[in-house]
Amino acid sequence: MSHPPAPLRAPLEIEFDYTRSLGPVLSQFMTALADRRILGARGADGRVHAPPFEYDPVSADPPGELVAVGPEGTVVSWSWMPEPLEGQPLAGPFAWALIRLDGADTAMLHAVDAGSASAMRIGLRVRPRWAASRTGSIHDITCFEPADAPAAPDTQEQASREPDGMIITPVRLHYEHTASPGESAYLRGLAEGRLLGQRCGVCGHVYIPPRGTCPADGVPTDDEVELPDSGTVTSFCIVNVGYPGQRVTPPYVAAAVLLDGADIAFQHLVLGCDPGEVRMGMRVKAVWNDSGSISHFAPTGEPDATYETYARHL
Amino acid sequence: MTDVAVVGFAQSPCGVREDATTSGVEMLVPIFAEVFGATGLTRADIGFWCSGSSDYLAGRAFSFVSAVDAIGAVPPTMESHVEMDGAWALYEAWVKVLTGEAEIALAYGFGKSSGAELRRVLALQLDPYLLAPLWPDSVSIAALQARLGLQAGRWTEKDMAEVAARSRAAALANPRAQVSGEVTADDLLARPYVAEPLRAHDCAPVGDGAAAVIMASAERARDLCARPAWITGFAHRIDSGSLGARDLLAVPSAAAAARAAGVAGMAAGAAGAAGAASVEVAELHAPFTHQEILLREALGLGDGVTVNPSGGALCGNPMFAAGLARIGMAAQAVISGLAQRALGHATSGPALQQNLVCVLEAH
Repeated sequence: MSHPPAPLRAPLEIEFDYTRSLGPVLSQFMTALADRRILGARGADGRVHAPPFEYDPVSADPPGELVAVGPEGTVVSWSWMPEPLEGQPLAGPFAWALIRLDGADTAMLHAVDAGSASAMRIGLRVRPRWAASRTGSIHDITCFEPADAPAAPDTQEQASREPDGMIITPVRLHYEHTASPGESAYLRGLAEGRLLGQRCGVCGHVYIPPRGTCPADGVPTDDEVELPDSGTVTSFCIVNVGYPGQRVTPPYVAAAVLLDGADIAFQHLVLGCDPGEVRMGMRVKAVWNDSGSISHFAPTGEPDATYETYARHL
Repeated sequence: MTDVAVVGFAQSPCGVREDATTSGVEMLVPIFAEVFGATGLTRADIGFWCSGSSDYLAGRAFSFVSAVDAIGAVPPTMESHVEMDGAWALYEAWVKVLTGEAEIALAYGFGKSSGAELRRVLALQLDPYLLAPLWPDSVSIAALQARLGLQAGRWTEKDMAEVAARSRAAALANPRAQVSGEVTADDLLARPYVAEPLRAHDCAPVGDGAAAVIMASAERARDLCARPAWITGFAHRIDSGSLGARDLLAVPSAAAAARAAGVAGMAAGAAGAAGAASVEVAELHAPFTHQEILLREALGLGDGVTVNPSGGALCGNPMFAAGLARIGMAAQAVISGLAQRALGHATSGPALQQNLVCVLEAH
């Protein structure tokens, strides 16, 4: 048996924005940041937590009135980031530091723009560098900087936006997605205009796209099967609702299509007729793109398949 | 309630797997076959399945559902999932067997850690208001903890390098390890910092992998395994999510889990007749060198305890499987007769925030 080609891989970029409500305590904290003030919370044991806790770790009570701390503080620990990662506070080399703000008993994690690792030490006095545009988020502090650094020109006094008790955190993640060996064979087959599935050696069922493993028996499925591009609609829905990124204009039909010889239906579009004509048992055939993929399925005009032929696959 | 024992364990090779998908199926099918072969069980004998994995690692929602293909869930079976290391899946499975809902359970964990930049993905496990928006990566946070210990005189960079050197030498005997070899601490110290004060050898390698553990009730265990590893203590605890409010050198959750699992912690050491002194082998899930030193102290493990004979997480740390693999390796030490009593440990979260301890014994 020849060595199978390597699985297909492709970049998978994920982006989503988390919108979160800050709640009563962090709302005060973030609102104060927009005003260039830092607040902490005094616990039942008398210790001041900055940033503030939402519930006292000792008594479990919410904090009373928040107290002003800092804005200067002392580095408790630090590590050096020579090549900052996407999203981190500074683009050039910087220190991550735990900073105990003056008047606080706990530390706050943030970046320190120290220029070089040799300028960092435990006990270093630091002050916040305020963002010119402040919205009520942790980013209102761009970073901290050594307290003896020359002061930057004063930035605007007022918050650039009234804090509203919400923050939006954009998340951008970059993956290298790997297709399974079975999926890779399927995708390479599509590019050649062929439909390749796999048969389970135990139950004999044919899966397309191949799953690599029979979900019923938990055994690898190595037996490749080529299937025709004709099949039967086993179920369908008519999509009437638009959504961002939609490529077909509603109304249209998304259907479960059971290819002839397959034991599992896959979802595809059924176009080429009025959506109201699509029905269970309708016979369909693939319409291929020039690039080697299936655009959609279209009715063949054959008599409908009888219910018994697909009843086991609903 | 019944006694419960681990009767089987298997893990995949650790490493960057070009052939493996984020569904874990390609890594799980062979180890299920291996652990069934060793125990004489089939999938039909498993009354409860529980998995540990993460959608953030996979980059898609409900990724664990695809993994169910590997278990062959026809006819329908009882199955659950935790968005945690598989060690916590094992804990759920243990409760199911303890309470008689299943006689035999299989816990598995899997992770394709190499799918994205792991240290950056792990920033998303942090406080979403104050920390995650800054994207502090897992290596940098561990480095803050390491620095505190250096400053406090708890360890030196050489102590840390010696943990790495000892682990890599031990891993020479572990064919599933990702990293192994003979190297001196001085050689390691000559290499550059990754995140000062951490060098590459201080950090677990990024790798993909899977692990599976089968446990059984007292009634079934002896038929399945000549020398079952009986679970005599199993507990997990968590510390505050506020990184700057924690004492990063104390790991109270590890000490508390050890006490709850019946291992005398450092403070209770003198009173502990059945204490840590009688643990012969400990598999500690320490993804950073200094964390092994912290955990030895928090768990009260003396010099007589053989720590990480597998090489530990520093020689192979597939996310969401490595903690379960520690327990599996500890169980294996009992099953093979190497140890009478062994301890498996798993961690989760930044800088040892959450800790789980499982004590395994031969009867």
